[in-house]
Amino acid sequence: MKTILVVGNGMVGYKFCEKFVAKEESKQFKLIVFGEEPRPAYDRVHLSEFFENQDAKALEMAPAEWYAENGIDLIVDERVADINRTNKSITTAKDREFSYDYLVLATGSSAFVPPIKGVEKEGVFVYRTIEDLEGMLAYAAKLKAKNPNAKAAVLGGGLLGLEAGKAVMDMGLEPHIVEFAPKLMPRQLDSRSSQVLQLKLESIGLNIHLSKATNQILGDDGYITGMEFGEDDVLDVEMLVISAGIRPRDELGKNSGLEVGVRGGIVVDNKMQTSDSNIYAIGEIALYNQMIYGLVAPGYDMAGIAVEQIIGKTEALMPAAIDMSTKLKLIGVDVASFGEPFMPATKGHSIIFENKTQHLYKRINVSLDGKKLLGGILVGDASDYSMLHQIYLNGMPIPEDASQLILPASEGSAFGSAMDLPDDAVICSCEAVTKGNVCCSVLEDGNETMKSVAKATKATTGCGGCKPMVADLIKESLKTLGKTVKERLCEHFDYSRQELFDLAKLKGLTDYDTLLDEVGTGNGCEVCKPAVAAIFASLYNETANRQETIQDTNDRYLANIQRNGTYSVVPRVAGGEITPKQLMAIGRIAQKYDLYTKITGGQRIDMFGAKLHELPLIWEELIEEGFETGQAYGKSLRTVKSCVGSTWCRYGMDESVSFAVEIENRYKGIRSPHKFKGGVSGCIRECAEARGKDFGFIAVEGGWNVYVGGNGGATPKHALLLAEKVDKETAIKYVDRFIMFYIKTAQPLQRTAPWLEKLEGGITYLQNVVINDSLGINKDLDDEMQALVDSYVCEWKEAVETPEIRERYTHFVNSEETDNNIEFVSLRDQKMPKEWA
Amino acid sequence: MSLSILNTYESVATNDVKVWFKAAPISKFPKNGGACIKYKDKQIAIFNFTREGTWYACQNLCPHKMEMVLSRGMIGEDNMEPKVACPLHKNTFSLKTGENLNGSLDAIATYPVKIESDFVYVGFSE
Ligand code: SRM
Ligand SMILES: Cc1cc2nc3c(=O)[nH]c(=O)nc-3n(C[C@H](O)[C@H](O)[C@H](O)COP(=O)(O)OP(=O)(O)OC[C@H]3O[C@@H](n4cnc5c(N)ncnc54)[C@H](O)[C@@H]3O)c2cc1C
Ligand code: SF4
Ligand code: FES
Repeated sequence: MKTILVVGNGMVGYKFCEKFVAKEESKQFKLIVFGEEPRPAYDRVHLSEFFENQDAKALEMAPAEWYAENGIDLIVDERVADINRTNKSITTAKDREFSYDYLVLATGSSAFVPPIKGVEKEGVFVYRTIEDLEGMLAYAAKLKAKNPNAKAAVLGGGLLGLEAGKAVMDMGLEPHIVEFAPKLMPRQLDSRSSQVLQLKLESIGLNIHLSKATNQILGDDGYITGMEFGEDDVLDVEMLVISAGIRPRDELGKNSGLEVGVRGGIVVDNKMQTSDSNIYAIGEIALYNQMIYGLVAPGYDMAGIAVEQIIGKTEALMPAAIDMSTKLKLIGVDVASFGEPFMPATKGHSIIFENKTQHLYKRINVSLDGKKLLGGILVGDASDYSMLHQIYLNGMPIPEDASQLILPASEGSAFGSAMDLPDDAVICSCEAVTKGNVCCSVLEDGNETMKSVAKATKATTGCGGCKPMVADLIKESLKTLGKTVKERLCEHFDYSRQELFDLAKLKGLTDYDTLLDEVGTGNGCEVCKPAVAAIFASLYNETANRQETIQDTNDRYLANIQRNGTYSVVPRVAGGEITPKQLMAIGRIAQKYDLYTKITGGQRIDMFGAKLHELPLIWEELIEEGFETGQAYGKSLRTVKSCVGSTWCRYGMDESVSFAVEIENRYKGIRSPHKFKGGVSGCIRECAEARGKDFGFIAVEGGWNVYVGGNGGATPKHALLLAEKVDKETAIKYVDRFIMFYIKTAQPLQRTAPWLEKLEGGITYLQNVVINDSLGINKDLDDEMQALVDSYVCEWKEAVETPEIRERYTHFVNSEETDNNIEFVSLRDQKMPKEWA
Repeated sequence: MSLSILNTYESVATNDVKVWFKAAPISKFPKNGGACIKYKDKQIAIFNFTREGTWYACQNLCPHKMEMVLSRGMIGEDNMEPKVACPLHKNTFSLKTGENLNGSLDAIATYPVKIESDFVYVGFSE
């Protein structure tokens, strides 16, 4: 039996193992892997996710048991110190010796630290390993304890530097990016796109300093206090993350006399062989075509080639050209470049679209004959990246007017469907999965969901950038099988929400258990239970009190659960209108129960920190003062925001407050697929932000304009005009129908904006339905809405008046004690939950 | 501090039960839902899985953010495995083994339950 030693258990070293054990021939080899880090290989590409939950295990490529189960000896926390090529053995830092028949070097790179005076100071970090991140987190916490406005800089404005910049920002430090070049991401972007990116990043709070050469790191007592760029040019920072490039860890190669490049890296040929034919090098250590490829995808390919070569399939060779297209993975910032991003005019033409007000820049480079796409840059909106990238990779034909590929949403798409791609088009470059692989896994192996296709092909399991395209391919492939792609609620119901809604109604089912018995399977779960609860609520306007164990916690206890397991209390304040007496009542009750109070973004008052058993007591007092539940917890009407309108405002065209109060009281208590919100503005100055809401009214000369499908939140969207200059009664009628139609047809947890976007025919279709009655359902919609309006009850009133419901509000069922795990600390004369130690 | 609280919870197998603690009458537990009881310094979530005709008990503490909330979570099943979903961030745990089913959090401790003359008993080893 021959022995293979792998030095380095990083992403590529791991991929070598994975590809190796998949081969039948692997049984003839013994595989031993050495890793210097204290844990098995993890996903460095998604390293920044560690900040979110500090869960190192979630990043693991495979758990330690996986290696054992596959007959691999994994030795972590032990660096390989030396190679002895004459007797084919290695020595580790713990002075243990191992012999090899084949040696695979996958030692990767380390962060390059430029030789600047003072870089050794405390508070200077690199961004490469989990330990680096742990160090940064601990240091940032200390800084913030001393100075809540502490600043941190990142040296380097490349791909990684920007990611690090976002990370320090998320840690609550004031972020500064310092770049030597006159532009950001100098390797991927031209100067105009780089400027657009800069505007975008500045708008989210990153401070950018270009053309800065750092002379020295300033410090005090061994700790960093600033960076000096020149005389009188100093940036005060208390932490620095260096992201100035990478250096291959080629020390083993150098010391054992393997051929290395002038600027580092172990030279390999297209078999991944080094100058010693028993030694291979793969990943970020390998110098191939005189280049180090700082991306995982080429590293994974190299791992595959090395496996083939070692098991004797010598015809497998690394291709000469390697795709370096990249997409930045910062949330909220779209940047991508592919192919040849910069194009000399002699080789092709560029088409450029730029809109600085929207932080948008798109450039494509097209061959001189206008037939081929050679590369491009996308900033601000990279949603077409996958498709453009595919067109480039596969040399597909482009439209005669190539500008269609980047011009903002004209009707229809210039791309056609993902199904037009050739079968060998690589869809997932991390795992080298082709379109053919994906489709075959659907058509021939019977996989029908994203989850099972991902499991079978590994597509989407790397950076995840290919998810939308894989989803399209699955959907289209299923269609060719004559299967409609079902939006399946969960493993217990083979129906979409809309189908289930109709089934429940048709069969007159009112209990979750009966519904599950009649049209579902098994015992349910936390996905279908609340979805079904919402359907019942919309059908029968039943409150959350009757079937309490199928409700989400917030509905079950009629309050929003907080970080520490306490709850918040939000009474309805329709239209934001509140009397001094009501204000005093809220003040008195909040003080009595020692609640933290805050004015919400929805024009009302939230009281936080109520313990479970206090909820009925608090609500009893509120109800006595004339308040009702504000349903801040349910998927239901939240608030209708108003501006003061013509009652007081000198510009007001109509009484917006009165309208808001009326409409909020009309829709209160109605439960729906997701929460919905309204706004009423007295004139087009729009102080109530009605166009940012699910429905909105704006008073204009001659009546009300009616808007629907707006959204704030994660994906903001302006509402679209449904009807113009109509009177109040008509306005209400249209919105009644719109809401009812939405309630009956949307997916669970789909707000009106994405619902309207997906609605075939869009706003025109909706106008036809709710105004022209094109489906002939308006009478039904009107009746159904009126039934909901008429059957409103305040569920908190119901709860405090019903002893069996009140009994639910106790922490222990066998003791009067309360939860002693809840602790508060003080905050600006109020209180907040104590952080866990 | 967080660790010391976590360490007070360790799974008990039926064979190792030394004390059957008489917790509360079955009427205190909603159908297909849970409630919390106190035993010494422990908070234990007990679930009345009516659809299965089974009872389960586990620590009330969610190992994700260390909050005493699991009894308020929804129960259900994942490929036949009975589970509870934490009400805070919907991490799910097997009610049989305590294993975290949709992530890599530590397993929660589970305890045996028995019903005698309409009373719920939980088994502890101390
Ligand atoms: C209290 C409040 C923040 C504040 O201090 O002002 C708030 C607090 C919460 N919001 Fe909000 N949102 C609040 C106004 C808003 C607004 C502003 C507005 O309504 O004008 C928005 C953007 C407008 C919009 O919805 O289109 C908003 C967009 C969200 C979203 C994102 C929705 C989306 O479509 O992307 C969520 C998450 C969700 O619902 O899934 C959310 C979820 C939440 C939750 C319920 C998260 C949760 O489940 O625990 C927070 C509960 C706090 C609590 O326990 O009471 N909140 N939230 C505001 C309560 C308003 C009220 O009186 O009811
Ligand atoms: C924050 C961050 C974000 C990134 N984002 C992306 C991205 O979006 N897309 C992308 O394609 N790439 C990205 N990368 C780059 C990607 O992570 C690397 O290309 C990839 O990790 C290289 O894999 P590797 O196995 O060659 O090297 P590494 O992952 O560095 O692994 C090498 C391992 O070998 C160990 N080692 C070194 N010497 C020895 C020795 N003598 N003995 C034992 N062990 C040794 C090291 O400790 C290390 O664990 C990112 C990198 C970082 C740091
Ligand atoms: S934005 Fe809304 S959901 Fe997010 S933390 Fe603030 S209140 Fe909570
Ligand atoms: S606290 Fe339980 S899932 Fe987050």
